[in-house]
Amino acid sequence: MDFLTLIQLLDSTVRLATPLLLACLAGLFSERAGIFDIGLEGKMLAAAFFSAAIASVTGSVWLGLLAGIAASMLLSGLHGVASITFRGNQLISGVAINFLAAGLTVLIAQSWFQQGGRTPSLMGGGRFTPITLPFADAVADVPFIGPIYAELISGHSILVYMAFAAVPLTWFILFRTRFGLRLRAVGENPAAVDTAGVSVVGLRYAAIAICGVLCGIAGAYLSTALQAGFVKDMSAGRGYIALAALIFAKWRPWYALYATLLFGLFGALETRPDVITALTGMRVQGQLLGALPYIMTVIILAGFVGRATPPRAGGDPYVKER
Amino acid sequence: MDVMPKWAEVILVPLISLILAAIISALVILAIGEDPIAAVKLMVSGALGSTYGWGYTLYYATNFMFTGLAVAVAFHARLFNIGGEGQAALGGLGVALACLYIPWPHWSLALLGAIAMAALFGAFWAAIPAYLQARRGSHIVITTIMFNFIAASLLNYILVNVLRPTGSMDPATARFPEATQLPTLHEVLAPFGISFSKAAPANITLLVAVLACVLVWVLIWRTRLGYELRAYGHSQSAAKYAGISPFKITMVTMIISGGLAGLMAINNVMGEAERLVLNAVEGAGFIGIAVALMGRSHPFGVFIAAILFGFLYQGGAELALWTSIPRELIVVIQALVILFTGALDNMVRMPLERMFLAVRRARAPKPERKPIEPAE
Repeated sequence: MDFLTLIQLLDSTVRLATPLLLACLAGLFSERAGIFDIGLEGKMLAAAFFSAAIASVTGSVWLGLLAGIAASMLLSGLHGVASITFRGNQLISGVAINFLAAGLTVLIAQSWFQQGGRTPSLMGGGRFTPITLPFADAVADVPFIGPIYAELISGHSILVYMAFAAVPLTWFILFRTRFGLRLRAVGENPAAVDTAGVSVVGLRYAAIAICGVLCGIAGAYLSTALQAGFVKDMSAGRGYIALAALIFAKWRPWYALYATLLFGLFGALETRPDVITALTGMRVQGQLLGALPYIMTVIILAGFVGRATPPRAGGDPYVKER
Repeated sequence: MDVMPKWAEVILVPLISLILAAIISALVILAIGEDPIAAVKLMVSGALGSTYGWGYTLYYATNFMFTGLAVAVAFHARLFNIGGEGQAALGGLGVALACLYIPWPHWSLALLGAIAMAALFGAFWAAIPAYLQARRGSHIVITTIMFNFIAASLLNYILVNVLRPTGSMDPATARFPEATQLPTLHEVLAPFGISFSKAAPANITLLVAVLACVLVWVLIWRTRLGYELRAYGHSQSAAKYAGISPFKITMVTMIISGGLAGLMAINNVMGEAERLVLNAVEGAGFIGIAVALMGRSHPFGVFIAAILFGFLYQGGAELALWTSIPRELIVVIQALVILFTGALDNMVRMPLERMFLAVRRARAPKPERKPIEPAE
């Protein structure tokens, strides 16, 4: 395998890891506050549809992004009403949200565009276009560093850079601010937070609102940057892979980056069977690579490699003492 | 002391949830510019208006009875088995192996063999997450979700590389031999003088599903194991104190649950397709969640809810055929049922509880005459 193939492979790794990373950080905020969220998938899907739909109608991808975030936050709100206000089962609520998004997106797409549950292809301003970083063209010919900068680092859409910037930001918010401390505390011991006079319900709603925003960006990325338009079920299990990455990352932001990059690499390799053959000298089945994130998560969860301990109050609705 | 009488708990709460789901579904149909009343009429005539429609309704209902029971059994032990999809897929593999590689002399023997294999494969696929939860402490919901995806990849691999007949492009097994074909409801009912549609896929598996409902009822309410299972579901610490092994309950419950989900394959793989195709389960494993929630995890409730969802499924297919309402409407209805009967249960329950409490207070004798026990 030559250097250029490697750069190409890593380039598509970055592109495939971006939605996973955003969704993974979304789940991180939610689960750190004690709200399990298996509805990441549904929120991404809803955001993907509304971003593409609004972008294609208005021709502005930024309005599309806002619509996607709004749709995702609406579903987050539903999750909050069900699991925080009415203290319902968070897992069941997540399942419901996934199905709601899967069904409604196709239903509305068919009603608005009559194209069999897809949006028209996005063109021009309806898509996030690649950004060429400064001097990318100038240094492209420099050996080794040139291709890395020009091909791998430069030439992604703005959302990719936002996703990568979200990692240190998430770390800062969670581990260096008062809000972050309280948010983590509410996921470990909500009673203590309540005793300190801080609203458990308020913090948890704040967490799922952030989760909604990040899922919204992830969904918008799918339909307006990675692809040009919405197709039925286009999130294709990415929400669940993000969930897997979250466990893999042991609910930590930097590890989330590494985990999603790893899972992105699997995705990139799946599309390049020739590279795998060249590397390992044998034919590796694509299905195996597709299943690898799930298998690895099961192994990690089982504690065979390190221990992944979820936030202690995760999944439990908080009932105020009287 | 329960605030609500039993009938309200069993009938009123699910009914109100269902009505709420129906109202929102009607609003969705209105919003996409169709007539909800015409849609319901079309669904009823398409799903229940002919023996052909009934044949499809009951065929789908059979699938949902198995997956619904699977989720319900696990719910009793407070385990959320979200992996019915994968377990049913593995059950399909078991059925395919049984039908393809064993020369059965008669369909009845083939049915018994296939039941054993389907249950075995489904149970195996549920046993691994159960073991990981019971011994290694990994969350069963996450593991079963992961196992759904692993099952999909595994079946994809096996169908493309192992079981696909040479020369065929289609990722599916060869057609099962003649001797393994199950009698359809047409053939079952003909001796009784009832003429049932020949074309509909409902088959004798329906009777197996009804039998499974009865057996699950016996298991949960009439056996020692069922008692232990429910005790564990109510309070894990109390059950442990009473000498019930959490490991055993988790394993046994999930094995039964997975076996039930696997049994679905008798219906869709052996009874209908008569070969194993890619993605044979088609989401029935997830519908089991809605069915179990609506049926309040009671086998009879599951039976009724499965028929309702069978009706919705077949009615939805008719809608997609004759109107511009896509089939995905069913997915929306399914989501709403899960939402209202599962996640928003308290929203329906709390006002009802308050109402019943008010009624009881009004009826209760005056406190100064006769002291009443404080309500819990």
